[in-house]
Amino acid sequence: MADKVLMKGNEAIAEAAILAGCRHYFGYPITPQTEVAAYMAKRMPKIGGTFLQAESEIAAINMVYGVASAGYRVMTSSSSPGISLKGEGLSYLAGADLPALVVNVQRGGPGLGGIQPSQSDYFQATRGGGHGDYHMIVLAPASVQEMAELTVKGFELADKYRMTSMILADGTMGQMMEPVALDLDIKPAPEKPWATRGTGMKRPHNIINSLSLVPEELEQLNLERYERYHIVEENETRFEEYMMDDAEICIAAFGIAARVSKNAINAARKEGIKVGMIRPITLWPFPKAPFLKATEHVKTFISVELSMGQMIEDVRLATECRAPVLLCNRVGGMIPSPDQVLDSIRKASKNGGND
Amino acid sequence: MVVFDKPHALTDVPMHYCPGCTHGIVHRLVAEVIDELSIEGKTIGIAPVGCSVMAYNYFNCDMIEAAHGRAPAVATGVKRADPENHIVFTYQGDGDLASIGMAETVHAAARNENITIIFINNAIYGMTGGQMAPTSLPGQVTQTSPYGRDPKLCGYPIRVCEMLSELEGPEYLERVTVNNVKNVKNAKKAIKKAFQNQIDGKGFSLVEVISACPTNWGMTPQAALKWIDDKMIPYYPLGVYKDRSAKEAE
Amino acid sequence: MSTKQFLFSGFGGQGILFAGKFLAYKGLTEEKQVSWLPSYGPEMRGGTASCSVIVSDDPVGSPIVSNPDILVAMNLPSLDRYEDSVVPGGMIFMDSTLIEREVRRKDVKVFAVPATALASENGFPTLANMILMGKILNELGEFGAEGVDAALRKVISAKHADMLEVNFKAMKIGADH
Repeated sequence: MADKVLMKGNEAIAEAAILAGCRHYFGYPITPQTEVAAYMAKRMPKIGGTFLQAESEIAAINMVYGVASAGYRVMTSSSSPGISLKGEGLSYLAGADLPALVVNVQRGGPGLGGIQPSQSDYFQATRGGGHGDYHMIVLAPASVQEMAELTVKGFELADKYRMTSMILADGTMGQMMEPVALDLDIKPAPEKPWATRGTGMKRPHNIINSLSLVPEELEQLNLERYERYHIVEENETRFEEYMMDDAEICIAAFGIAARVSKNAINAARKEGIKVGMIRPITLWPFPKAPFLKATEHVKTFISVELSMGQMIEDVRLATECRAPVLLCNRVGGMIPSPDQVLDSIRKASKNGGND
Repeated sequence: MVVFDKPHALTDVPMHYCPGCTHGIVHRLVAEVIDELSIEGKTIGIAPVGCSVMAYNYFNCDMIEAAHGRAPAVATGVKRADPENHIVFTYQGDGDLASIGMAETVHAAARNENITIIFINNAIYGMTGGQMAPTSLPGQVTQTSPYGRDPKLCGYPIRVCEMLSELEGPEYLERVTVNNVKNVKNAKKAIKKAFQNQIDGKGFSLVEVISACPTNWGMTPQAALKWIDDKMIPYYPLGVYKDRSAKEAE
Repeated sequence: MSTKQFLFSGFGGQGILFAGKFLAYKGLTEEKQVSWLPSYGPEMRGGTASCSVIVSDDPVGSPIVSNPDILVAMNLPSLDRYEDSVVPGGMIFMDSTLIEREVRRKDVKVFAVPATALASENGFPTLANMILMGKILNELGEFGAEGVDAALRKVISAKHADMLEVNFKAMKIGADH
């Protein structure tokens, strides 16, 4: 195993991206993700890469669109309000089937909101973020090590399926330091014969485009895209189970909420409560199967979120309403405490699922 | 003996432009320049949103269709992806470049991004059916200025070359038109220079082409060409607004 | 105890984050599981800064320390805010130069060190944080630990290597207090 280094989550993302071969980064300052840009600004010039502070989030995502069109690994990062501005670009990237990595280190909203951690962009991320029928692969790290690993994975999946991968982190994940091993499993980028790098007068011209004015054709494009999404759902769904074997109560939580929940689960287990957790690592595709399977022994689900209850809808869909799904949450930059989660677990345990 | 031939850089796809529209002329000029500079194999063109949205079908080089106004940002990405081997141009209308995409335009110019921009100024939104553009003239009747553009209500038209010429960044800014043979020849010279500058690494080069939109101006093609002389050029004088290298050579 | 939760708090500029980082590196070099989480935002510019550090034999769950085993308070607002959050039987280390009141809690061990005054007297006014750190390590029986030297070398970049010696000196003063 490689030596571990202490890194902030934001820095781990930046370093992992460089290790994954990303040589083009475009961004715009916004708390709490600015360390990504700062890291890139320092490193990129030294390795022959591009760091460019764009005039806006909109410009940044369109610069990403340009590099992606040319077939190179490229990324941008931002936080919630900035991601809204990138929404147009996310839709165009999907419409043109371009691979890219976008990082959202979430803060509380709506509007300018605050700068403290949040998970309230779950809907935006898992439902696409812009107009039209499309998805992004949404990866939710719960440690600095995962910030690095999922960044690499994000590039790999983006290239494989010609989709945008989004790292959906939050302020704590971005700001916290943990030991990271950077001996990451990195696969080289595949050939991209569709890229616009110049014909070299050797092939017909390539066109990167999301315009399609004939409805029959546009329908077909959407259908084909969703066939690809279906393959992603089958092959790339990721999750972690914690103490689920005998669980009668199941926590659903990702990112920082899963970290907090782990403390609460350990405490509840000491009280003899059979509680476990399913932690989605991919938020899209959502790990439906383990949740449905859990309904065989779980009497109550609790969705622990830093939002007014967004992932809870996916948990309800996945469990097909076979068991009640309760919400345990804080919002606006607040984080549920382990005690708050423990209280929810105790209540669920007492009520046996009847809230 | 061949006396007239289609440039190699143009495809065989029939263009969708209206009779009397000058997009066809400008497309041809760009294609001729690409041929003459032998850069088709390394050129990547960026189409805008607007009447020339489907320019990607007409040029033989690799093409990208950008979101409305974002072509200079997309071009920045493509250029920086491989600065040595990519020749990148955008082809944008007035709504795209000077309204929704003004920030991208100004900042690409300020950075002296080594790209070429062909800017079609016909003082109207053509594709959506003739609405007021940022370059529509005072008094000009359009669908969204049915009583004539009133500067008191909606401000004054923007002179893009003059505005950008105040920036330290850009290398070359010239305004041309294509309403007669002499002007077409001048336009080609300017377009060629704008590409040559990029090849030479000189930086941001923009050619504004005053163009005709007879359909949405409600005129015959001949009247539209005359309207350029009578109305457009007095407000948008032709000429070189910036040529850093020429100035430095003086 | 397999897990120790630290909360450092003080004014921005007192080296709160640095002290926390040192401790995290020390844990890392001793092959413990560690996490370091700073407060961030406008308070970085002069207000109260704090940071959570967890050093554990087991994987760290929540990186947020809301009930510290060890509170390090470098100013009065920090003590006011966090005194009640310390676990019963926990420890409070405080800079008694800047905190004039006594700790009210009777169920915690209190170590009052006039760190700011000691730092000034010894000619390194910015190292009150490391004086307190020396005291903490001494009370935890870890002052001589091998990780201390290695961690200090990690947290002080090579170009500031000249600072190593004074940092050691500051910690020694704290440990001996």
